[in-house]
Amino acid sequence: MKRSNEPVFWSLFGAGGMLSALIGAALVFVTGIGVPLALLLSPDLMQYQNMLAFTQHWLGKLVIFAVIALFLWHATLRILLLLHDFGFRTGIGTKFIGNGLALLCTLAAAYLLLALGS
Amino acid sequence: MSDDNKTIEMEVLRYRPEQDREPFFQTYEVPFEDDWSVLQGLQYIKDDLDSSLSFRWSCRMAICGSCGMMIDGVPKLGCRTFLRNYHSGKLRVEALEHFPIERDLVIVVDDFMEKLARIKPYLIPKQVRKLEQGEYLQTPGQLEQYRQFSTCINCMLCYAACPQYGLNSGFTGPGILALMHRYNADSRDGGRDQRMELGHSDEGVWGCAAVAYCSEVCPKEVDPANAINQNKMGSAIDYFLRFVRPRGATG
Repeated sequence: MKRSNEPVFWSLFGAGGMLSALIGAALVFVTGIGVPLALLLSPDLMQYQNMLAFTQHWLGKLVIFAVIALFLWHATLRILLLLHDFGFRTGIGTKFIGNGLALLCTLAAAYLLLALGS
Repeated sequence: MSDDNKTIEMEVLRYRPEQDREPFFQTYEVPFEDDWSVLQGLQYIKDDLDSSLSFRWSCRMAICGSCGMMIDGVPKLGCRTFLRNYHSGKLRVEALEHFPIERDLVIVVDDFMEKLARIKPYLIPKQVRKLEQGEYLQTPGQLEQYRQFSTCINCMLCYAACPQYGLNSGFTGPGILALMHRYNADSRDGGRDQRMELGHSDEGVWGCAAVAYCSEVCPKEVDPANAINQNKMGSAIDYFLRFVRPRGATG
C-alpha cells in the first residue's frame, strides 16, 4: 500500500494547533484588546519603534515566523478537513491551492522578516 | 412509578429486497414497561405484531455486538437503550448508517469483515516460544498499554458514526484501527511492521479527520479516536525517521 504523505501536513497542522492553543488567545488579547484599549497593558507597547526592534532581533523573527507560518498550515488543513466533512470534494486541486497558499505565505513571511534586517 | 398501560410508537425501517423497491418506515404501537430495551420492543413486534420483521440480536447484555442500530439517528445498541427514555414521543429505529441493508435492520457486514482480516487481529509473537519455555509473560503495566482497546465487541456503531467512512468506504475505519493498535501496543507482539503497511496509508490512520464521534458512540469506551491519534503520531515519526534509521532496525 502506498505510504501517505499526510504526515508532512499533519505535523505542521499539529504544531500550529499546539501553538495556537498555547498563545492564540493571549495574542488576541494583547494585540486586539489590551494594547488598543490600554487595558492592563501600556498603549506604547506596540509602538512602531518597539515592534521594529522586536522584528530585528533573531528571537523576535523566529517567534513571528512560527506564529504566521504554523497558524497558516494549521488553518489550511482545518479548512480542507471542514470542506471534506461538509461533503465538498477536496481533490488534489483544492489541496494544491490550500497548501500552495500556506507555502507562499510562509516564504513571504521568511523573506520579509529577513529583509527587515537586524 | 410505572403506569400499566404505557405504549410507544416505534417507527421501524423496513426493506425486504424481494418485494420492496426501496426502504420505508412502518409504525408499530408497542406496549412496554420501564425496564424494556429497544431490542425488547423489537422482539415484541416480531412475536406479537409482525413476524416478518428482521433484526440481529443475541446476548441482550451489550457483549455480543449484534444489535447495533440507528435509534433516533444515533448509533446505539438496541439492548442497552431503554424505551422509557423516548416516552412519550415516537422512536425511530433504522439500520446502521453507512452499510448496505440486507433486510430491514440487518446490514451487510462483508466490508467490515474483510477489513478486519487485513490488520491481522491476532498476536504475532515477537519470539516464538516452545511449549516447554512456558507462557508469554506480561506485567500489569504492559497489559494497561492496550487493555482498553481490547474490549471492542465489533458492534460497528463507530462505523455508522464515522463521517469519513460514510464519504469514503475505502477508509479502514475506527474500530479496526483501534484493534490494530491493540495488537501493536501488546508487549508480546512483533507484527507491527506487517500491520503498519496499511496503517501508514491514506486508507489507514491518515484517512481519519479527527471528528471523534466514534469514541462518543462506543458502548465499551474503547476510544478509537485516541488509538488513531496515537498511531498518527507513531506513523509521522516513522515517516521522517525512516530515512535516518539504520537498515534492519525496526520501529
